[in-house]
Amino acid sequence: MPSAIVSEYFRTNKLPQIWCPGCGHGIITRAITVAIDKLGLDRDKICIVSGIGCSSRAPGYMDFDTLHTTHGRALAFATGIKMANPDLKVIVITGDGDATAIGGNHLIHACRRNIDITAIIYNNNIYGMTGGQYSPTTPKFDKGTTAPYGNVDKAFDIPALAAAAGATYVGRSTAYHTQLLISLIENGIKNEGFSLIEAISVCPTYYGRKNKKGSAVEMLEWQKNHAVNIAAASKMAPESLDGKFLIGEFKNSPEPEYTKEYQKIIDMFKKE
Amino acid sequence: MNNNETVTEKLAVNENWCKGCGICVKFCPKNVLIVENEKVKIVDIEKCIQCGLCELRCPDYAIYVRGK
Repeated sequence: MPSAIVSEYFRTNKLPQIWCPGCGHGIITRAITVAIDKLGLDRDKICIVSGIGCSSRAPGYMDFDTLHTTHGRALAFATGIKMANPDLKVIVITGDGDATAIGGNHLIHACRRNIDITAIIYNNNIYGMTGGQYSPTTPKFDKGTTAPYGNVDKAFDIPALAAAAGATYVGRSTAYHTQLLISLIENGIKNEGFSLIEAISVCPTYYGRKNKKGSAVEMLEWQKNHAVNIAAASKMAPESLDGKFLIGEFKNSPEPEYTKEYQKIIDMFKKE
Repeated sequence: MNNNETVTEKLAVNENWCKGCGICVKFCPKNVLIVENEKVKIVDIEKCIQCGLCELRCPDYAIYVRGK
C-alpha cells in the first residue's frame, strides 16, 4: 500500500516511474499533488497538461484528467482548454527546454495574457530525455553533450522573464526546498491569472555527470547551501549573496484575468 | 506486486519502487535509514520521530510515514 497521498492522486499501476535514480522530478510531482490536496479542489475540475521531455512524463503518473501534448506547446493546448472551459483549474507541467526554448513564444504570450493557468517549470538545466544537450537554463560555461567545451550562452532567469512578460504570480523553489515549493504552487493555483513557478530539479545523470556535480544527494545539498529566500536576501549584505540564487515568492500582483475579460466582450453583444 | 514491503508502526518502505538514490538517508535527521544492496533499509526505527522529511523528498514514493 503506498502512502495516502500517492494512493489518492497517482496512477499507482504505472509506478515506479521511469525517471533516473535521484531525479528531482518525482519530488516536484508529489509536491504538486500535496498542494492540490491542501487546496481541497474538486479533481474533476482540474486538467493537467504537459509538453515533451522528462518533466512532461509527470501527468502520466497523476490520476487527474491529463493531456500529454507536443513539444513546447503545452501552454497553447492549456489555453484552448481554459478558453473552452473557464471553470477548470488548468495546470501545466513543462521543462526548461520545453517552456523556454521550443515553447518560448507560447510562454511569454501566456504570461502577457494573464490567462488563469498555473505553469510549473521543472528546471533541470539540460535536455535529459534526448541525451544531455544544453538548454536555455544551462549556466554559462557549464557543459552539455552539445557544448563539450562549455556553453557560451547566458542562461535565462525564468522568474524575471515571466514577471517582465506579465505573469501575475511568480515564484521559484527547488526540489530540496519542498515545503516552500508546495506553498508556492498552492498560491499559484489560487491566483486567478497566469502563475509561473520555477521548480529547480536535479539531473544527476546528464547535467550532474557532465559538470561533475556529484550524486543526487550532493546536488540537493548544493541547493540547500546556495539558495537564499528573497525575504532574507533583502536584509543581507550584497557580497554575502555572491554565488547564491534566490528562491521564494517574487511577484504576487493580481490583474484582470483573460477568460473573464474575453467573456465581457461576448456579453456586450448579448445585450438587447 | 507490492510483496517487497517493510511496514513498521512508524514507517513503511516499498523496495520495489526504491531506486537506492540515498536522498532519504542523507536528509533523515535521526539516522534511521541506510542504503543496502541499492535499496533503503530501516536500521533504527526507535529513533524515528516521524518528521516526514524522507517522504517529502523521496522521488520514488518508496518511503512514507504511517499513521499520520
